[in-house]
Amino acid sequence: MARLVVLGGGVAGHTAATFAADWLGRDHEVIVVTPNAKWNWIPSNIWVGVGQMSKEEVTFDLDPVYKKAGITYKQAKAISLNPEGNGSSDKPFVTIEYTGQEKAGKSEEVTYDYLINATGPKLNFGATPGLGEGSQLGEYTVSVCTADHAQHAAHELTKVLDKMRNGERQKILIGTSHGMCTCQGAAFEYIFNVEHEIRKAGLRDMADIQWISNESFMGDFGMGGLHMKVGGYVVSSRIFTESLFAERGVNYITGAHVNKVEKGKVSYELLDGTMGEETFDFSMLIPPFAGVGLKAYNKAGEDITDTVFAPNGFMKVDADYTPKPYEQWKASDWPLTYQNPTYKNVFAAGIAFAPPHLISKPAKSPNGTVINPTPPRTGMPSGIIGKAVARSVCDLITKGSGAHLHEASMAHMGAACVASAGKGWLDGTAAAMTVYPVVQDFEKYPGTGRDTDYTFGEIGLAGHWIKHILHYMFIYKAKLKPFWKIIPE
Amino acid sequence: MAIKPEEFNFAKNDQFNNSMIPGKMARYLRTCKIWQFIRFIVLNIKMLIVVSKSH
Repeated sequence: MARLVVLGGGVAGHTAATFAADWLGRDHEVIVVTPNAKWNWIPSNIWVGVGQMSKEEVTFDLDPVYKKAGITYKQAKAISLNPEGNGSSDKPFVTIEYTGQEKAGKSEEVTYDYLINATGPKLNFGATPGLGEGSQLGEYTVSVCTADHAQHAAHELTKVLDKMRNGERQKILIGTSHGMCTCQGAAFEYIFNVEHEIRKAGLRDMADIQWISNESFMGDFGMGGLHMKVGGYVVSSRIFTESLFAERGVNYITGAHVNKVEKGKVSYELLDGTMGEETFDFSMLIPPFAGVGLKAYNKAGEDITDTVFAPNGFMKVDADYTPKPYEQWKASDWPLTYQNPTYKNVFAAGIAFAPPHLISKPAKSPNGTVINPTPPRTGMPSGIIGKAVARSVCDLITKGSGAHLHEASMAHMGAACVASAGKGWLDGTAAAMTVYPVVQDFEKYPGTGRDTDYTFGEIGLAGHWIKHILHYMFIYKAKLKPFWKIIPE
Repeated sequence: MAIKPEEFNFAKNDQFNNSMIPGKMARYLRTCKIWQFIRFIVLNIKMLIVVSKSH
């Protein structure tokens, strides 16, 4: 009997663990280690953040689902890896610390034959002074990265709406909190959902809404922007995005590295080197992501974290990490199998793998401050990668070490993204977009780096319907209800 | 002559003035139930094609 340990129970980890358990059956063991008691459909946190959904609607308990799937569930966080074992055993293991199951604080060594690291990110509130390191919630600003954060954001937003009702004009600032943030899409969704709720409440004239982002241009989204066919034209996402901001009367600042957050004020540096300040009464700033801080040790107990993980804490996989200028970046730099190059029984999936470089064009201010979005690897790519990695591990277990590894390069896969711009079955809107491939391939598609036949975007009520249906569909799938496997990632 | 609602934001600042803002018809179609039902079908087909190419 082989044992697969999956670290993380998010989109990538949950997908990998549930498919692996299904494919391996009861002949082998699948263990999930995740510090959370609940699974969270993160894309719907946006609606929790504006009070249009409850925390309970976007989460469910993991324990009964894993029991049904025959998965051993350990509510714990991973602390370190010993991929060579230790002085007393050659068996690799991961050291975990429980966060629940009435064992909180207790440590355990969990041995494995195969490991999938799908821990997701650490929300790095400490990267920007004043953002709220230690609070894990935001100090003067709010966040929508978790269901708890979003619930808190909705509570604070209610206060702001009440002030507007009492005739107090309010300044709202939404965007990214650091020059190297990713997940601009979540901030984009939140700003337009907040604007939608304020408009619905008849208070739009009482709010000044401001966007601040580390993207060098509107619509970059950490993917270097995209070109899509609209109305017979092939247009940049910049036109598409700027149009929506102008239509809704939302001002924007781009190329901004927020370097300090204080009560009611952020300070920032722009790509041209100038400094600025922006005040706010309510602000949601997405924190930057980092690896969760796993350490790695060899058999002798020496620290080999640098061998297994990149400096940003994400796990090294089969990508080409050779530093090279933007002009020499290739689609083939991106990983195919997500296997760790040193330890072949270790894989990473979702946000946990270290990308070879950015997707967006790198940028620095004249002061040397790096201001560019880091690559998104959430949602559909996370699910596809999780499933491919699970398939590889299952084949290695059942067919032996010579089994073919399954591939899921972000330079070969597309992604469908539905960004809400306001919730409502009859008056909601969302930008429904697809990109193909996620990572530009200028050798295959010399013009825009992507296939414009499969890269498109459109705003409307239909997009909202799709996003709302996806909410129910993916929670249904994650709960492993009948026919869950036929729902694509 | 009264300003058309879709043209109001152009005057607010240079960023908006240099943008493309949808007119009355485009805005109407965005929430027109019949048109959006058709787009719902079309978008789902387009997305399924991209999803199928990605697996």
